Amino acid sequence: MTRTGLVVANLFRKRTRTVLTLLSVIMAFVLFGLLQSVNSMFNAGADFVGATRLMVQARVSFTQPLPISLVPKIEAIPGVARVAYSMWFGGVWQENTPLFVFAIDPLRYRDAYPEYLMPDAQWQAFAHTRTGMIVGRMLADQYGWKLGEKIPISSNIYPQKSGSKAWAFDVVGIFDGKDEAWRKQTNIAFINADYFDEANQFGIKGRTNFFIVKLADSKQAQAISKTIDAMFENSPDETKTQTEKDFNLGFIKQIGDIGLIVHWILFAVFFTLLLVVGNTMAQSVRERIPELAVMKTLGFSDGSVLGFVLAESFALCLCGGLVGLVLATALGAMVEKGTGGQFVVQLDGGVWLIGIAAIVLMSLAVGLLPALRARRLRIVDALAGR
Amino acid sequence: MLFSQTRAITGLSIRSIPERWAPSLVIVIGLAGVVGVFTALLAMAAGFESTLRATGRSDAAIIMRGGSDAEINSGLTREQTDVIEQQPGIASGADGRPLASAELMVIAELIRKDDVRNGANITVRGVEPAAFPLRPHLQIIAGRTFTPGLRELIVGSGVLRQFQGAEIGKVVRMRGSDWKVVGEFESGDSHDSELWTDIAVARATFARQGSSSVLVALDGPGGLQKLQSAIAAEPRLTVDVLREQDYFSSQTRDFRRQIGFLAGLVTIIMALGAVFAALNSMYAAVAARGKEIATLRAIGFGGAPVVVSVLIEALLLALAGGVLGALLAYLLFNNLSVATLGQNFTQVVFSFKVTPELVLRGLVIALVIGMIGGLLPALRAARLPVSASLREQ
Repeated sequence: MTRTGLVVANLFRKRTRTVLTLLSVIMAFVLFGLLQSVNSMFNAGADFVGATRLMVQARVSFTQPLPISLVPKIEAIPGVARVAYSMWFGGVWQENTPLFVFAIDPLRYRDAYPEYLMPDAQWQAFAHTRTGMIVGRMLADQYGWKLGEKIPISSNIYPQKSGSKAWAFDVVGIFDGKDEAWRKQTNIAFINADYFDEANQFGIKGRTNFFIVKLADSKQAQAISKTIDAMFENSPDETKTQTEKDFNLGFIKQIGDIGLIVHWILFAVFFTLLLVVGNTMAQSVRERIPELAVMKTLGFSDGSVLGFVLAESFALCLCGGLVGLVLATALGAMVEKGTGGQFVVQLDGGVWLIGIAAIVLMSLAVGLLPALRARRLRIVDALAGR
Repeated sequence: MLFSQTRAITGLSIRSIPERWAPSLVIVIGLAGVVGVFTALLAMAAGFESTLRATGRSDAAIIMRGGSDAEINSGLTREQTDVIEQQPGIASGADGRPLASAELMVIAELIRKDDVRNGANITVRGVEPAAFPLRPHLQIIAGRTFTPGLRELIVGSGVLRQFQGAEIGKVVRMRGSDWKVVGEFESGDSHDSELWTDIAVARATFARQGSSSVLVALDGPGGLQKLQSAIAAEPRLTVDVLREQDYFSSQTRDFRRQIGFLAGLVTIIMALGAVFAALNSMYAAVAARGKEIATLRAIGFGGAPVVVSVLIEALLLALAGGVLGALLAYLLFNNLSVATLGQNFTQVVFSFKVTPELVLRGLVIALVIGMIGGLLPALRAARLPVSASLREQ
């Protein structure tokens, strides 16, 4: 019998026990995968955006709109390639489903976000259709919206001049993301800022929530942020400028202490798992003490006996861990699809790497003590049952 | 007969738990994990809900622009508020005028205590003098209230717990002007997460003309109905009139749903893991006691008492685990103050509430898992062939 064969045979000596332990490990790693992906969203988030864009908002809060008249001033700063702007519309679909709808200047936005792909004809149509709307692929697929359709969308903030909050827009374009990460950012829609400005009832004229500043060189991000904020200091429209990445991170952080809770759950799960698997390993070594003594008598070295026990624990954790992570990936995709992309639970390469590190650590933690015990066995004592 | 046999075997098995503590501990810890996580997650939802539910009075109504859902989305002109305040159904204040407060909600950013850079949205509420009699439970607990006409703020105690830069005496910068914090208030509800100031100063600073909402005291039990029908008949107004309590309850809907989803998913997965662990341990326990059980069978004990005794052991261990988990959740999380985003897109500071009802639900889950984990091994124990088991060394 080969060494691998011996490990496998030992694992299946108590089939029920191995299967049950394996299932516990699988469940633990399903949770680990899901929670770790939520966790990485809180901690890293938004790695895909790069650092070529700055987000400018009112210093007091991004809910306080800034005048669009600041655009030429910002654009005049050396190193600024283009300034786009966007305003939260408060879109609501049917009864109560919130939609991410922003009012933008089409061609400026197109220059600032080359990551969004759409045929040139559709960009032109958007720029020239006052009631036009362009819709991200995810959103269009979710609601089955087609080019040329007129879509009724309400705003929970802005009434039209008539006093009605029911708006309607013509779908003139459907945009996609340039890669996987950006395709996930297509659950939004854009409308024409000029039309919005003119048709809404309030005094919110010529104002917008965000300026998006595209830089010629990302190395200048910090310097230009400072220049912009210094420019409007002590005016009613003081600004706060951050890189797009920091902005997104801050946005996610607003959800608050959920990250902390996730850490606690992870801790509880792992502690539990450690105990379950650790106990199984200890038990299996305890039962086999006479057997291990016989192996040593036959000439297996202390080191190879230790190796056998560690290999068993590693095999158990690896099988369970991998199956668990695969299940978590599938489950995450289901959650994401089921919620229309609102809950992004993605087990990307980073989560998998952490998962595999956890598998290795876990198998060492549960296997090491029993393995050391097996190595230390004195043949005489073990055979005598002492 | 059956009862006395069961009692004898159960006593025997429970007394022998210390001798095989390791597998028993696995059940206890496993279930402590499940119940602890379950209780903690739902305690968060319960705390959030109780904070918001405490906010609304049933004898007051909030009026916002139609279809706004949340104050931040709403806007009313001064003409509209004047019309609203003259409607029937509104109680009068001590001065004989309608008890109503037009309030302007704007947002400022403060930095969390455990952060250095990213700001979090904090509600700044500009209020009229009637705001205080409309919320009698709100007390100034340090410093003084703001002076109308000056750029002064009072800060809710929840804001002070979670965020920095708004302590009494500090200056908060908003739209190019300096605001001094002059007092701290406590209301025991979601206003604790806010900064308050005079509405006139807020309007001037934020370049706003009207208000976000009007809060009015209702004139008796029929007041809401009277006010609603009067406003519906008023062509100058397209607004929603909601009982204040109902408005705040509806604000918890999304959060409850999300936490409920998370708690359900996590609990199901963890519970499955715990069932497997419990099965494992109970099988081990039964195997370890094979000879003992066989001996009992040989001297005349029936199969049923064996099954029941194994089940009771599993249930007791599960219960111990459940209690431990609930206790841990209570010690670690009860009254822990946290903050998250509310419907107004501003931070709501609230505390975890580990309620007796949640603990009870956690214990039921533990018992169900213990039951499942004990049943199969119990049946195996009863079916062990007596002669073969006795021969085992």
